[in-house]
Amino acid sequence: MTDYSAEGGHGAVPTSDVPVRPSPQAVRSDWPLWEVFLRGKRGLNHVHVGSLHAADAQMALHHARDLYTRRNEGVSIWVVAAADITASSPDEKDPFFAPSGDKVYRHPTFYEIPDDVPHM
Amino acid sequence: MTMDHDTPYDGLADQHGDDARWAFGTGFTDPLEGIDTTVPDDLDPAALATYCLMLGDDALIYSHRLQQWMTRMPELEEETAIANIALDLLGQARMLLARAGTINGRTEDQLAYFRDEADFRNVRLVEEPDRDFAELVGRLLVFSTWRLALFDRLVDCPDPVLAAIAGKGVKELSYHRDYAAQWVIRLGDGTDVSRQRMQAALAAIWPLVDELFRVHPVALVTADRSEFDAVLDTVLATATLDRPAAAPLAAVGGRTGRDGVHTEALGYVLAELQSVARAHPDATW
Repeated sequence: MTDYSAEGGHGAVPTSDVPVRPSPQAVRSDWPLWEVFLRGKRGLNHVHVGSLHAADAQMALHHARDLYTRRNEGVSIWVVAAADITASSPDEKDPFFAPSGDKVYRHPTFYEIPDDVPHM
Repeated sequence: MTMDHDTPYDGLADQHGDDARWAFGTGFTDPLEGIDTTVPDDLDPAALATYCLMLGDDALIYSHRLQQWMTRMPELEEETAIANIALDLLGQARMLLARAGTINGRTEDQLAYFRDEADFRNVRLVEEPDRDFAELVGRLLVFSTWRLALFDRLVDCPDPVLAAIAGKGVKELSYHRDYAAQWVIRLGDGTDVSRQRMQAALAAIWPLVDELFRVHPVALVTADRSEFDAVLDTVLATATLDRPAAAPLAAVGGRTGRDGVHTEALGYVLAELQSVARAHPDATW
C-alpha cells in the first residue's frame, strides 16, 4: 500500500514504493549523440555549438537545423558522431598543455597587427 | 584578441541586413506593415479576401493541431522540429488573415478569434487530430506537398501581396515536406510494426486528400494533382508503402470545408483556440 504524505510543502507525494534508481530494464535504446558545428558567416570557422540525439547523420542534420539555427545563426552545419571524436584526457592536462605555457616566443606578439585585419 | 564571432550566437546582436528577424512576433503588430495593400483593378476584392481566408485558415488550424503535439512528441529534437513548423504556419496564417483583413476591414485577431465554425474556410484535412506519430508525419507530408504545389503557382498570381506571401512560404514548405517525407520513409521502410502503422495512418488520411484539389470559384490558382501524385508516389515507393485506395470523404450537399462545412473536430479546435480571446476581449499583453 502506498503511503501518501503532504509534508514538506510539495503536496501529497508517495513516500514508499518510490523508485529511487533507474529501472533495471532498458526502456529502449537511445539514439546516439551527435556534436553540432555551425558556421555563422562566410569566411569564419565552424564553431561547436552543442549536441543532440539522432538516429543517423541525415536526421542529425535536420535536428541541428531545427535546434541551432532558429535565429538565423548559420550558413553551414557540420554534425559529427560524438563517439567518433577522440578527445584529450583531463588527466593528461599537464603534460599536454603546460610545456607551452612559458614559450612566449611562440606567440605572434612581437609585431603590429594592422587595424584592418579582422578576426585575429 | 577580440571575442567577436567566437560563437554564432554573438551574431544575434549584429544586423543581418534584410534578413533581420530574430524573434518573430515581437516588436511588430501588423505583419503587413509598410506594404502597399491596394487590390489590383482586375481582381474582385471580395473574392480575393475569401481566398486569403481559405489559405490563412488552413495554416491557422493546422498550426494549432501541430501545437497540440507539444510535450507529447517522442523525442525532444522532434518536438522542436514540429514547433518550428507550427510557427512557420502561424506566420503564414497571420499574413494571409491580415491580407484578407485589409480588404474587409478586420484585424487578423478578429478573424482568428471571433469567427464561428461556419465562417472558417479551411480544408477538412487540417482540422482532424493526429492519432499517432505516423498520422502526424503522413498528414504533414500530404499537406505540405499540396500547399507547396499551390504556393509555387501563387508566386505568379495577380495580387502582389499574396504572391509575396507565397514566395516566403515556398522555402518554409519545402522544408516541411522534406521533414515529413524523411519520417514517412523511415517508418514505412522500418520495422513490421512501423510499416503497418504508417500504412494505417495513410489510410486514415486519404479520404481527405480529394478535397484539396476541388476547384473553388474564388481560387486564383489550383495545385496540379499530377504534380502532387508524382511526389507522393516517389515517397511512398521509397518507403515501400502502398497508395491507399480509400474513397474520398463525401461533401455535404456539395459543400466542404472551403464552404464552411466542417467535421465535428473543428469545433474542439476553435474552442481551445478562441476561448482566451473571447473570455478577455481586447485584452493586451
